[in-house]
Amino acid sequence: MSGAPRTVAIVGPPNSGKTTLFNRLTGLRQKVANFPGVTVEQHLGTAQLSPDREVDLIDLPGVYSLRARSEDEQVTRNVLAGTMAGVPRPDAVLLVLDSTNLGRHLVLAAPILSLGLPTLVILNLADDLRARGGDVDTAALARQLGAPVALISAAKGEGVETVIQFLLSRVSAPAPLELPVLQDVPRCRQWATRVGRHAGYQPPAPPLWTRRLDRVFLHPVWGPLIFAVVVVAVFQTIFSGARPLMEGVETLITASGGWLGARMPAGVWKSLVIDGVWNGVGSVLVFLPQILLLFLFIGILEDSGYLARAALIADRTMARVGLQGKSFIPLLSAYACAVPAILATRTIENRRDRIATILIAPFMTCSARLPVYTLIIAAFLPERPVAGPFLGSRAAALLGLYVLGFLAAFGTARVLKSSVLKSGPSAFVLEMPSYRWPTWRGLGLRLLDRAKVFLRRAGTVILGVAVVVWALAHLPLHDGRAPRIEHSLVGVMGRAVEPLIRPLGFNWKIGVGLVSSLAAREVIVGTLGTIYGIEGEAESAGLQAALRHDLTPAGAVALLVFFAFAMQCTSTIAVVRRETGGWKWPAVQFGYMGALAWVGAFTANQVLSRVF
Amino acid sequence: MQVIVNSETGFPLIELAEGEHAVLERLDLPEEFARRLMELGFLPGHVITAARSAPGGDPRVFRVDGSEIALRRDTAARLRVRPPAAV
Ligand SMILES: Nc1nc2c(ncn2[C@@H]2O[C@H](COP(=O)(O)OP(=O)(O)OP(=O)(O)O)[C@@H](O)[C@H]2O)c(=O)[nH]1
Repeated sequence: MSGAPRTVAIVGPPNSGKTTLFNRLTGLRQKVANFPGVTVEQHLGTAQLSPDREVDLIDLPGVYSLRARSEDEQVTRNVLAGTMAGVPRPDAVLLVLDSTNLGRHLVLAAPILSLGLPTLVILNLADDLRARGGDVDTAALARQLGAPVALISAAKGEGVETVIQFLLSRVSAPAPLELPVLQDVPRCRQWATRVGRHAGYQPPAPPLWTRRLDRVFLHPVWGPLIFAVVVVAVFQTIFSGARPLMEGVETLITASGGWLGARMPAGVWKSLVIDGVWNGVGSVLVFLPQILLLFLFIGILEDSGYLARAALIADRTMARVGLQGKSFIPLLSAYACAVPAILATRTIENRRDRIATILIAPFMTCSARLPVYTLIIAAFLPERPVAGPFLGSRAAALLGLYVLGFLAAFGTARVLKSSVLKSGPSAFVLEMPSYRWPTWRGLGLRLLDRAKVFLRRAGTVILGVAVVVWALAHLPLHDGRAPRIEHSLVGVMGRAVEPLIRPLGFNWKIGVGLVSSLAAREVIVGTLGTIYGIEGEAESAGLQAALRHDLTPAGAVALLVFFAFAMQCTSTIAVVRRETGGWKWPAVQFGYMGALAWVGAFTANQVLSRVF
Repeated sequence: MQVIVNSETGFPLIELAEGEHAVLERLDLPEEFARRLMELGFLPGHVITAARSAPGGDPRVFRVDGSEIALRRDTAARLRVRPPAAV
């Protein structure tokens, strides 16, 4: 094999700095997609090596071996073998290892070099190695491995030019002096030690700062306290901190909609663009700042190394319901939105734990429920103090709904984990990385990534649903004019579901709202506004009065309970399908949550209507 | 996995006090799980040092092969170690 490579795979153990190197080489020229059929994300990018030379890079998931037990290992193995559909076989490999932990990381060199692909062995974190007094002779290591070796710092950019030179050169297959039997883990490890010794490897001194920080962060008293402060701060920021930003986005959407509306002739097209598309998509875009802020937090926590400590602290509590520490962050994120939460479950390697976490995440009170809760509570509950000046009755009701979602989530987890998703007692293993400063570059690229994924969804699924709901509300046409809402197709649908929801205390109008909120929960507010013939959410006092007229107090509670439990969110369904690799789990989840919502609302309505 | 344990000197890893170290003898765990731990450095013959634990004592962090790994107590109870002096 000769000639300069065109497609190059970046391989390495978790946390060795693969993504940092990938980002440095590709900059903004990268994209994320899923490997076909599996839940592993593939990061593809293009590196401009010189004015007239480019190379395609694939950033593979972190693995310790190529034994192909986990999905990550399978993907890595298949990509390197060229058997992954839609991905060209790489003609060279960048093997990224952590130079501060070379003994253990060199083990991966054995299976990679035995593939026979031209390989550059990259010893990353050179800055950290030197700062802690470690050393390695790269020339000697290159002789042992029969492959070029580069000592670099991907975060600082030191030595990256060696990588570029390798990519520009005519590469050839490696010729290691000796390789161990790959199936035998102890032998492989001994081989790595031997190779390291021949290369004069001096392991660095222990990371003192990490130990000092852990003395605080894992302290029996301070540890949990700091943990609680971090959780509350994240919570507070995604709610209060995001509000001005969200209002800004909302103003922008309303203003641009108004501007556009003023320039369009009145009629069906204007109605479609403004009522359908602008308001429908806009109501979801409003959540973008909140979601980005959440990911900024998770990014900081993850890159700094604190996330592993948080998972460690949370593990015992999560174990009570059969989950584990790594489920904690996704569930916290789900308070903002289930979609990023479900993406965040990727850090859970145990598949059963991961599925259980995905299944319960939509029970956590996401921000899309807030507009609905606020409307109903404001309509039915007068504001009066409950606990002095600190807690009013409305805030207390809201808090109660949060608790309700939380209980449903943990109850469900318990049931699942003691039955269908039972896993071995101790599948929990967690590596504690050293603490590091997160880089702006890394955080920025991560946010950009998430924003793109979110906007793509808003531009496809949500746009589609918004148009469909609008169309159903305006069809069939009578003499070329839209029908009254009760005669439109959504009205017909509302009447069709009425027998089903009558025992819950809902009439057909609420039914229309429920049907439309299958797309996204907050859609019901806009739909009810349309049905009651009230223009805009600004006149929400009118909407409240209309609701009081149509719902009994027991029915209102039932509606709240329904929203607390039901899975009314196409984005979540879509992301669950993608992440679990099929329709089975989203179907189970939708059915289960729907049934729970119905039974819960039914009970609430039947019991309360006898009390009130 | 291999190595016959000397029942007089061997004890479960979980009994190691913080700051002390011992030599791993074997992993009484299902094959898959044992392999995974071995890849992380829990290899027979390697020295393991007990480090901090989560508040509440479970899981515990162990230093092995240049890194720190947290294991739940029930896992650590199934790793047999012997005192370093008996090497
Ligand atoms: N000091 C220092 N830190 C680095 C260097 N390279 C990466 N890091 C940091 O190491 C951490 C892990 O880097 P990533 O690039 O996310 O590692 P990865 O191998 O892609 O990790 P996974 O995606 O989990 O497999 C980040 O906090 C980086 O900022 C380096 O050369 N020096």
